[in-house]
Formats: sequence, C-alpha cells, structure tokens
Amino acid sequence: MVRSPAFSFSERCAVATPDASAFDISYLDILSSRDTSIHRLDPRAKLLTTLAFIVVVVSFNKYAVAGLVPFVIYPVVVITLGDLPLGYLLRKVLLAAPFAFFIGVFNPFFDREILVRLGPLAVSGGCLSFVSIMIRFFLTVTAALLLISTTGLNGVCLALEKLGAPRAFVVQLLFLYRYLFVLGDEATRLTRARSLRSFEGRGTGIRVFGSLVGQLLLRTLDRARRIHLAMLCRGFDGEVRLLRPLKFTGMDLAYTLGWSTLFVLMRLYDIPQRLGTITMELLR
Amino acid sequence: MHMADALISPAVGGAMWAATAGLTIYSARKLKQEIDDHKVPLMGVLGAFVFAAQMINFTIPATGSSGHLGGGMILSILLGPHAAFLVMASILTVQALFFADGGLLALGCNIFNLGFFPCFVVYPLIYKKIIGAKPTQSRIFAGAMVSAVLGLQMGAFGVVLETICSGVTELPFGTFVLLMQPIHLAIGIVEGLATALVVIFVWKARPEIVEMAGPLEAVPSRSLRKVGLGFLVLAVTTGGALSWFASTHPDGLEWSMFRTSGKEALEPPEHGVHSSLAEIQKKTAFLPDYDFRKEGARTESRAKPRREAAESAPAEQWPAVSAGTSVAGIVGAGITMAVAGLIGFGLKRRQQNKS
Amino acid sequence: MSHHIVEVTDLRYTYPDGTPALRGLSFRIVHGESVALVGSNGAGKSTLLLHLNGCLTPAAGTVRIGDFPLTAKTLPHVRRTVGMVFQDPDDQLFMPLVHDDVAFGPLNLGLSPEDVEVRIESALATVGAAHLKDRPSYRLSAGEKRAVAIASVLAMSPSILVMDEPTSSLDPRARRQLIQLLAGFDHTKIIATHDLDMALDLCSRTIVLKDGGIVADGPTGEILEDEGLLQASNLEKPLRLQGCPVCSNYSVGSFRTPRGS
Repeated sequence: MVRSPAFSFSERCAVATPDASAFDISYLDILSSRDTSIHRLDPRAKLLTTLAFIVVVVSFNKYAVAGLVPFVIYPVVVITLGDLPLGYLLRKVLLAAPFAFFIGVFNPFFDREILVRLGPLAVSGGCLSFVSIMIRFFLTVTAALLLISTTGLNGVCLALEKLGAPRAFVVQLLFLYRYLFVLGDEATRLTRARSLRSFEGRGTGIRVFGSLVGQLLLRTLDRARRIHLAMLCRGFDGEVRLLRPLKFTGMDLAYTLGWSTLFVLMRLYDIPQRLGTITMELLR
Repeated sequence: MHMADALISPAVGGAMWAATAGLTIYSARKLKQEIDDHKVPLMGVLGAFVFAAQMINFTIPATGSSGHLGGGMILSILLGPHAAFLVMASILTVQALFFADGGLLALGCNIFNLGFFPCFVVYPLIYKKIIGAKPTQSRIFAGAMVSAVLGLQMGAFGVVLETICSGVTELPFGTFVLLMQPIHLAIGIVEGLATALVVIFVWKARPEIVEMAGPLEAVPSRSLRKVGLGFLVLAVTTGGALSWFASTHPDGLEWSMFRTSGKEALEPPEHGVHSSLAEIQKKTAFLPDYDFRKEGARTESRAKPRREAAESAPAEQWPAVSAGTSVAGIVGAGITMAVAGLIGFGLKRRQQNKS
Repeated sequence: MSHHIVEVTDLRYTYPDGTPALRGLSFRIVHGESVALVGSNGAGKSTLLLHLNGCLTPAAGTVRIGDFPLTAKTLPHVRRTVGMVFQDPDDQLFMPLVHDDVAFGPLNLGLSPEDVEVRIESALATVGAAHLKDRPSYRLSAGEKRAVAIASVLAMSPSILVMDEPTSSLDPRARRQLIQLLAGFDHTKIIATHDLDMALDLCSRTIVLKDGGIVADGPTGEILEDEGLLQASNLEKPLRLQGCPVCSNYSVGSFRTPRGS
C-alpha cells in the first residue's frame, strides 16, 4: 500500500499483500455492478452529490461535533438503498483511519483551552477538534467509498468526461483500470514464485525486488506495444472514442438537488442543538 | 502521506484542486501535440504497472519493515513529465476511491504533492541534470536517489503547508515539519533505492527505454511555462491567502465593528429577509476560524500582537468559534443518530417488502 | 472476387537484432479458402501474420490484399479488409466493457452511433456472446474473451480473418465451440496454430513453415499424413491420426526419435 510506514501500522499488516489489494478492487468493482435504485442513477448525479457532501462537511468550524452528526443520514440512506455491505465498508474506513488519527491526536495536547462543560466534565478545545476530525474523517471517507461502490470507476470516468475532464486523462484512467487486474495477477504470480524460493528472509531483499519489478516492467512494456498494435489493427487513429450515451433524468436532478439542499440546511441549522434544547426543556 | 479530507478546509482543497486541474489540462494539451499515439495505451498500462509494483514489497534489513516503489520518478523517466503527471493523477484517484487513501477533496492536494513535484520540478531540474547526455549506471543511481529524496521532501512539505493553512489541526508548524520531513527522508531513501535498482535493471536490458523521454526539450516552452507557472502561483497564493485572511481577520467588518462599538455586528431586525440572510451569513463559515493566537503563544508567532490584546477574552466572545457542542448538543446528537438509524431501518424494511 | 485474395511474393523480414525471420515466402490464397499455418515455435508464423495487415513492414518482397499492394497509403483500407485476432485476448480487449471493445473498430471507421450499435449486436450474436455485452472484459473466462475478441474484429466486417493460435488455453468445450463457430464463417481464414486437429477440422489447405521458409503448401489431409515432413519440421501428426494409444508409434515409451531435425 502506498502509505508512509509511520501512519499505517495496522493497514500494512492487514492489507500488505497483493492478493488483498486485488481483492479489494475486485470486490468493490462487483459491488458497483449491482442493480439498485442508487446504482441506476446517472454517475454525474452521484459524483456531484458526493462532492457537495464532502465540501459541506469539511466546511464546519474545527470544533463542530454535534452539528456534524445529522450528516450520517446520507451514508445510512445510500447504504440501505444501495444494498451495500455495512461491515465491509466500516472495516475499510477503520483501516484507513490511522493517518487522520495520528495527526488529530495531537490536538488535545496543543489546545487545552476549556471550551465546554458537560456537567462535571470539562472538555478542552483540543479534544473537541480531535473528535471533530475523526467524525469528519468517517463521513468523508464513507462518502468516497459509497461513490465507488455504487458507480464504479468506469462510471466515474464517464461522469468526469462529460463534466469536462481532459479526454487524455480519462482514457488512460480507463486503461489503467482495465489492466490493473491483469498486471495485478502477474504481480501475484511473481511474488508467489519468489516466496516459494525464498527462505528465512533471504531472497526478499531489495536486489531481488529490483529484478522482479524490472521484469514486470519489461513485460508491461511489451504488452503495451501489443495493445497498441491491436488498436492499430482496428483502425486506431490517435483518438479513443467512447460510445456511452448518458441521460440526466429528472430523478437524477432531484437526487442531486435534494441532497445538496439538505446538506446546506443541515450546515446552517444546528439540528442536534435544537433537538437537544427542546428535549431538555421537555424533561424539566 | 496522502492527505485526508478530514484535515483540510474547503479553501485549501479548492485552491489545490484549481492548481491540479490547471496542470492536468495543460499536460493533456501538451500530450496532444505529440504525434506519438503509442503513448495512449502505454500510459494506462504503466499506471497499472506502478499499482502492481506497489503491491510487491521488499524487506528492509535490520528494520523488519518493508518498503515499496514510489511512482513519480519511474513514470517521468519512462514517459516524460506531462504523461507521467497524468498517470500519477490517475493512480492517486484510484487509491482515493478504492482504498480510502486520501480524500476526494484532498485529491487535488495529493496529486499536487506527489505528482507536480516529481514530474515537473525534480525530473527536469534535477534528474536530467544528474543524468546528463550519456547516462551511466552510477549516474542513474545517483539521479534516482537524489530525485526520490528531494521529491518526497517537497511533497511532505506541501502536506505540512496545506494542513497548517487549513487550520483543522493544532500541530504547530515547527513540530509538524520536524515530524514529517525526517520520516519522508527515510522513505525517500528507500524508494530512491528501489527506483534506482528497477531503472538500472531496465536500462541494462533495453537502454533505449530509459533514454527515450528525450533531451531537455521536453521541458515546456518559455511562454507556456510562464503562463502555467503563473496560474499555479496565483491559485496557491489565493488559496493560502484566503485561509490566512480568514484566520487573522475572520470577518474584517465584525472585527472593526467590535473595536469601535463593542458589539460584534449591528443587530439586524428580528424578522424578515434581512434577518434570515444575516443568519445565513453568520453560519456559513466556509473559511474556518482557526486561531493563530494559540500558536503565537508557543512557536514562531504569526498572530499580530495588537490582535492578541483585543482578543484576550476567551472563545465565548467570538461567535463563530462557539463550540457548537454542549449538553444539549450531545443529547440532540444522540437523538439525531437514533432517527437516522430508524430511517435506515425503515428503508430496509420497505426494500425487503418490495422484493 | 479479387478483393479477397491474399498474395505474398518473396517476403523477407529481419528482426531488429539481426536474426532473419522470414526468408522469401511466396503464396496465394483465394476467396473463401481456409488455410492453416503450422510450424514449430520460432518458425515465423506470428511474424508472417503481422505482415498481412501492415503491422510489420517487409524488408523485401510484397504483400497484396485484393487489388491493393500493402503500402502506407492503402493501410487503412487493408485494415478494414483483414481482421486480425491476436494470441492473447487481453491484448485485444483493452476497453472497459465488452460493448466498448466491439464498438472500437466501427467507431474508428467513422460509422454513426446507430450503425455501430447494429454492428455490435450482430457481431456479438454471431459469436454467441450477446449476453456479455455490458460485462467488463476482465470478468470473462478465457473462452468468452476469445469469443469477444473475435466479435470485436467481426464488427468491422472484414473479408479476411487472420488468427494467431485461437484455441490455445481453451478448455475442450470452449475449443469445440470455437471450431464450430469458425466452421460457419465464409470469410477467408488464415489460422496460425499448433492445434493440428483443428487444422484438420477447419482448413482445407496447410502451409508448413520452418526457420522462416515454406517447406510445404498443399491439401491438409496429405500434409498432415506425411510423417517425414512433419518430423523434419519439429511437428507431429494430429492426435486423432496417431492411431491406437497402446500399440501405435506415438504411445509413451515407444516414441521414435525424429530423424535429422
């Protein structure tokens, strides 16, 4: 995984094998090809909604904790309607958590000013902002995972292209994804072959790595040449044309606008605060 | 090293996205000018290769940890800076989407830190200079090592700047730098070694590949470069300045009002459009209100002294910084969670009944 | 009909590292013929195939497809006429979905989206893969990939089909389905293969290559019975001509060493 060692202990232990990473991508890909009301939406609608969600969540001030909570409704609805596996998604979020955790955990040390008193408990600004960071993390990472598991990379690429991303970028992203599995398989075979012939830490050093990856690279370059040849044989002239008509229906518009409006409203009006105040007055 | 959304503000995220988008469009345009259409499949496949290569680890002796290959340098060597940048951008996109490795809003930052610095700064200005016109094994080795280390240092520093400017974390600049740079120095050495070995392997087998990105003409022409650079500088300084401005003068008007009238703002009329607009304006803190005054107390001070004096009063006086959380807030949060859960349940039941 | 003729005259080609690959090949294939190209590995089969639609340029000699000699100018036309199916379908299926791969050729030919859709439907129906239209190509079995690769070529309506080892890595059933499919095509077929049983089934004519030269060119039945010729070219008889598994010359333990290879 591409994580600096200091911020990914658990992740490295859990997901450091080619098989596991390949599994992740494969599984998310399968999830994205299911057929539910969410999956059927236009990818642009889902992309824009996700971005709106993230921007609004991130725009809270750094001490916001309760105000962020209502935003959990978005993942709840999408996971339910999209028939997505909650446990799997939660696990992925947890695995990704260390980075934000290790940056945020410093906050209580540096910001000790007491901002809030909960009965006998005095909560410092640092603690609040740390909790806020973790909640934000949970929300934003979930949103990204939801996007990919209901849309798939092909859908996201299509959305990007229709929304104006440069064609060269989108095309090579599509090719990257297409050959990810093929090359992932080759990498798995290479590591397996290596592990079968290495013992007690000999044979897994950097020199072997150099030639393993070098081999993979040479094979990759050959493959790229053959693919180019195959493209030429089918009339390739430099431009990759995509025939995928997308229709933005009323449903898609309603989805995007509806959620965005809700996000903005939840941002402006601190619902938990009001609910809590009302409740406590009722209880008195 | 990949930044998460939880740690940035919309301003920083947006500014870096603007910079990255500009670079992407620029790179794509530059690629179009190249008649070499064999790069089309090559870029994608090499991106997949970098991914696959990153799945292969090697053990680092005496530490028991493992290392892997970076991407930026190898891609730049094989494809040239523009194509390499696009490929790095897509690799990071896939990582953000599939592995939660970096957020979507922060993707602009990550692409900039891990793509711009290796491809557009280190590769033309450092690697090529070290390699010279006729590469030798030792030159390639030195070039790869130095490039990887420097590229990562710049990237790490970028992370520090972007995080600090966002104001979500309390880590002071100095501490953060001391945390990030040495770690990434170690990572850079390891990655540089890995890159060097792979490049040398390939170079020995097929030297023309390593030398194929061409002579220094690959660096963009003067005028275009100026435009690109100018746009970049503008985007970054705008974002940074906005964040900065937000910190020192969260609302210039409010601040000056406070000084003059002792009140935060003119009280708007209770009802009507004006009040609702005022409500919206008060609550739409799109630029977060972090306080450099706390930092000023410990590290190099950026907060202006007279501001500190004016704001010696604690947070309660500054409405935008109200914690937003109190007992009522917690209670309300609990209720909200319960409601959300119920909604989810209800939807699930409806779904099951339908099918 | 002259536009279906493939005519190769004294074709010569040398690899970039200097090894001669093809040493003066000449043959003529007419409309509707099914020709198997056999030979050991390294004999030059794939290299020859790559010349037939301009992927490689000969060092000497000419290639004619129909009325046109193969030149840079006639290349686009030749590529419409000659459809090539590669050995590794993963090299050929490079688009995200099956539908995109089959659409790739027709779109490049400049057809309108509606026409392209029609071509996709009919090409996939022909190979029996219509149900795979919206599948990503990495989630296909080897046999399915092969079928879709063929469909992606058929969608361009070529009159000549060139295939490189089409039955390699297919399980017996997929292989049988492929043979049946190809048997139903009336295109001119040129198939490079190690699968001599398939050659026997599909192709009326066989060309044997050895070390870059043609050592035999004639009816399949005759050539694949000629043991001497086969062994000199590092080949064997097709499995079903090898006779009784217990007592024939080809059973394990009684294998004759080839004479003078």
